[in-house]
Amino acid sequence: MSALALAVRDSNTMLRRNLLHVRRYPSMTLNLLLTPIMLLLLFVYVFGNVMSAGIGGGSADRSDYIAYLVPGLLVMTIGSTVIGAAVSVSMDMTEGLIARFRTMAVYRGSVLIGHVVGTVLQVLASLVLVGAVAVAIGFRSTDATVLEWLAAFGLLALFALALTWIAVGMGMASPNPEAASNMATPLILLPLISSAFTPADTMPGWFQPIAEYQPFTPAIETLRGLLLGTEIGNNGWIAIAWCVGLAALGYRWSTSLFNRDPR
Amino acid sequence: MTTSTSHSPAIAAKGLRKAYGDKTVLDGIDLTVPAGTVFSLLGPNGAGKTTAVKILSTLITADAGDLRVGGHDLAVDPQAVRAAIGVTGQFSAVDGLITGEENMLLMADLHHLSRSEGRRTAAELLERFDLVEASKKPVSTYSGGMKRRLDLAMTLVGSPRIIFLDEPTTGLDPRSRHNMWGIIRELVSGGVTVFLTTQILEEADELADRIAVLNDGRIAAEGSADELKRLVPGGHVRLRFADPAAYQSAAVALREVTRDDEALALQIPSDGTQRELRAILDWLDSAGVEADELTVHTPDLDDVFFALTGGTNVPNQPTQSKETVR
Repeated sequence: MSALALAVRDSNTMLRRNLLHVRRYPSMTLNLLLTPIMLLLLFVYVFGNVMSAGIGGGSADRSDYIAYLVPGLLVMTIGSTVIGAAVSVSMDMTEGLIARFRTMAVYRGSVLIGHVVGTVLQVLASLVLVGAVAVAIGFRSTDATVLEWLAAFGLLALFALALTWIAVGMGMASPNPEAASNMATPLILLPLISSAFTPADTMPGWFQPIAEYQPFTPAIETLRGLLLGTEIGNNGWIAIAWCVGLAALGYRWSTSLFNRDPR
Repeated sequence: MTTSTSHSPAIAAKGLRKAYGDKTVLDGIDLTVPAGTVFSLLGPNGAGKTTAVKILSTLITADAGDLRVGGHDLAVDPQAVRAAIGVTGQFSAVDGLITGEENMLLMADLHHLSRSEGRRTAAELLERFDLVEASKKPVSTYSGGMKRRLDLAMTLVGSPRIIFLDEPTTGLDPRSRHNMWGIIRELVSGGVTVFLTTQILEEADELADRIAVLNDGRIAAEGSADELKRLVPGGHVRLRFADPAAYQSAAVALREVTRDDEALALQIPSDGTQRELRAILDWLDSAGVEADELTVHTPDLDDVFFALTGGTNVPNQPTQSKETVR
């Protein structure tokens, strides 16, 4: 077998191990999924009319706000699901099994790649679930073409990949699963202070930079544009730059920590 | 002792050094383990045993030293070393979230066995380690002994020729310990080389062809169990007399012996070899001494351990002891 075939085979073995964990113990994934779904229902049914009136320019119909909110919550779902990667990587590193893998002639990167691919697949499944809830409560894409749907899907997948590598780095850097969970908390806090719930320009002036200059806002604005036909502007490029940058950073961070001598 | 035929040793280390900050853990140790033998690294807690295993099994890197395992240089081709070895560390290296059988199949996949071959190997090893009944249960429900057995079974999936066992019986009850010893003997009879660390002297005595006593990052002594026992003072021949008069005349006749007037016993230093024993008997005959009881006392491995790892009063300095042993 060639080196590449071995790398693919070993990574696939690690992936199957991670997916087996998710299948046996789905509670963590479901818990993480609860946050975006709860927020979706809360904001639509409790605050929906007020919010719609605020952003929709008068018409007190919550459907306007559903349209505004759903892209933000889809991106938020990514942030909340990848926290699971930080926790499970950290859990793995504290166990003897990883030491065993390190003393076996398996492809070095396979452990982390297995976690990353497994998490991205989990994120995609979570997005389908959140999307289904959104459609059930009345979300409709207005005029998205097939190409725009594909672009939206690609953006979500890329964003998931980027945040997953960051989360894996956080898991590697944490001494235990609890610390990993704490360290990954910003991944679910950042979307709360992005343009997910209200437009950035409605926020106080001093706060707007915080909402604007962070990865969630450009990704959310791009997704809105793709699904709802709003203005994307340069948000698309900024979002892609954030994704590539975060993915590269997370990859370097995780692999350099993994290649260090274990404690 | 097992034959160590022509080819290169399974494990060879020269000048192995490792320090964490300014704490030196291994201070230039030399080891040679011929293929097909059991080598035991014996030492108290914190002596550096686990560090030595971690380095030789490619888990961590050494600061210095010429290290070869399975004929491959650790610094140059660690991946080739990994393909030749199996490691069972001190802490169980099993996946607690999945079943025992799934753990075994995971190993089979990572060794690139075909599906059918993997299933067969897993089934065989589960059978051999008495884990068939528990094989469909999550490993988190296993007892300590079962986890240890699964751990070793997982190590054996790729049929490694060199196996590192870091304190394999720590925490096991006596029966499980003896079972583990049986398994290790079986492996060795199949030609496998075993590198074993232990704190249990009996274990080293039972299993190892050669033993190195590691203390404070250095090899304090190396040899077979018997050779090590001869290193420490305390080996002697004891003559006991029933009649005080006979005792007195023997003590006068033999002179350079240690007297124990209360027990009417004399102690003559001896390394316990047949030759020395014969010399002593000849001497007793020529001196006309006839004791009522003669016993040979050899120090056991405990004496060796305490003498060599006890701190300042080490009777044999390392350099000197190696001379006498080899």
